[in-house]
Amino acid sequence: MLTPENLKKVEELRKRYPESKALTLPVLWIAQEQEGWISEDMMKYIANLLNVPPAHVMGVVTFYTMYNSKEKGKYHIEVCTNISCMLRGSDKILETVENHCKTSVGKTSSDKKWTVSEVECMGACGGAPMLAIGEEYYENLTPEKTKELLEKLS
Amino acid sequence: MEKFILPEIPNYHKIEVYEQHGGYGALKKALTMKPDEIIDEIKKSNLRGRGGACFPTGMKWSFMPKDNSRPKYLAINGDESEPGTFKDRMIFEFNPHALIEGILIGCYAMGITAAYVYIRGEYGKWIHMLQKAVDEAYTKGYIGNDILKSKFSTNIYLHKGAGAYICGEESALMNSIEGERGYPRVKPPFPAQKGLWASPTTINNVETMANIPLIMNKGWEWYSKIGNAKHPGPILVGISGHVNKPGVYEVPTGVSLLELINTYAGGVPNNKKIKAVIPGGSSTMILRGENLEGVCMDADSLKAAGSSVGTAGLIVMDEDTDLIRVITRIAKFYYHESCGQCTPCREGTGWLFKTLKRFEHGEAQMQDIDVLMDVANNIEGNTICALGDAAAWPVQSMIRRFREEFEKRVVKEEVMA
Repeated sequence: MLTPENLKKVEELRKRYPESKALTLPVLWIAQEQEGWISEDMMKYIANLLNVPPAHVMGVVTFYTMYNSKEKGKYHIEVCTNISCMLRGSDKILETVENHCKTSVGKTSSDKKWTVSEVECMGACGGAPMLAIGEEYYENLTPEKTKELLEKLS
Repeated sequence: MEKFILPEIPNYHKIEVYEQHGGYGALKKALTMKPDEIIDEIKKSNLRGRGGACFPTGMKWSFMPKDNSRPKYLAINGDESEPGTFKDRMIFEFNPHALIEGILIGCYAMGITAAYVYIRGEYGKWIHMLQKAVDEAYTKGYIGNDILKSKFSTNIYLHKGAGAYICGEESALMNSIEGERGYPRVKPPFPAQKGLWASPTTINNVETMANIPLIMNKGWEWYSKIGNAKHPGPILVGISGHVNKPGVYEVPTGVSLLELINTYAGGVPNNKKIKAVIPGGSSTMILRGENLEGVCMDADSLKAAGSSVGTAGLIVMDEDTDLIRVITRIAKFYYHESCGQCTPCREGTGWLFKTLKRFEHGEAQMQDIDVLMDVANNIEGNTICALGDAAAWPVQSMIRRFREEFEKRVVKEEVMA
């Protein structure tokens, strides 16, 4: 399930921790980077790889919001609506995103291009309002800038 | 004031530039000292943790057992998820080597052979930045085996979180490093007795560790004279909300909140009045705008004002702000982030959020104010970790200090009766 290259990374990681269970989070990250999400089969595979019960892996996946146990759209738009962003107009940013992507919070558009999420504070309060796509932060947004940004993504 | 934690030096994140400005000199100096002398130096500097609790760092280090057969660990808290907080991210980006150097000095002083830096998953980009700096430091021989031929060896590993606010709580953070769900642990045992893998562990915040090289270079006496004597040093204040220039500002502790807002952050847009501020991240108690005169960014001053420094994430709200919406959003956050272990927090945060929504939508009755207070009082102090308190304090302080905002939102009939 993991590519040979990624399995090599797992072996490297084993040197960092005294117990293999500690690899649960890092290996889930590797799996998600490889597949885009984490299927139940992948959870069982990882459990076997780390010699932990499958229920443990599933428990971790469902506890942490960043692990996707469902497939997401091509672009995952995460809009922060927490206090500092709210004070600076995140409502309008979220509305702009929902209208452009033709879907609503927590859902994926029918063409599988967009998934829209409302997220908690991303640590970009000085650049509020903001949204994130993958590892990239887009700060100091206006509805116009948001529209421009989304139009560039094909 | 000269800036030490975020100096305005181009390319300071690169190891060569950091070295040109004396970087890793503090580590070299520390390696010639006895571990106890270092802990003593940090104690005397009065450095207090920058993660929210303001706990004296030197005292925390001294809790670590000296004669111990088990390995000892250091965990660095870079989870930075408290709403309104965005300072550690600046250290990863602009001064990662000060953090690494601080970690190395801490490891040497406490006899630690592995440090784990826990960084929130959303900071993927900043994890790469810090990893690059760690790799550079390995190449130069500052990390790894026999560091600078001192016979001291230690490793630094980055551990990526995955989107759970609770993992900023130190025992939940340790569980997360161990590969578990981020459930806080019951204390005692305290981390210095049984932490990571049941071994003695110290947990320090990122900004705290970035202060360590400064103390080693300039001495405790110099450091303890910066800012407020009981809570000294440079501090990174993140200012957000209704200000003209939001951002992270490095200031000496003890600067007044009004100076931070009006001078550093350029004041409130359109010269509006300040209705309220949250001084140290969303879990600290809200203050009324007209009561800010003389209130300063240090532990004692904010305590006297009825709040706390927290993570120094200052959120400013102008006169037009709907505070009921603000507190409902804060309550939603804690409801979402409660780990679900303790009943008062798991159930109570939901009750707070649902009751506050009634105020937001004009469906609340006067007695709902008492319901809110009652629920908050029953969460506070009754949970394993401080998330329960963090959820209760904003609601309690909002009712105490802005009761009229709640009264304005109850259904009309109730007011008539």
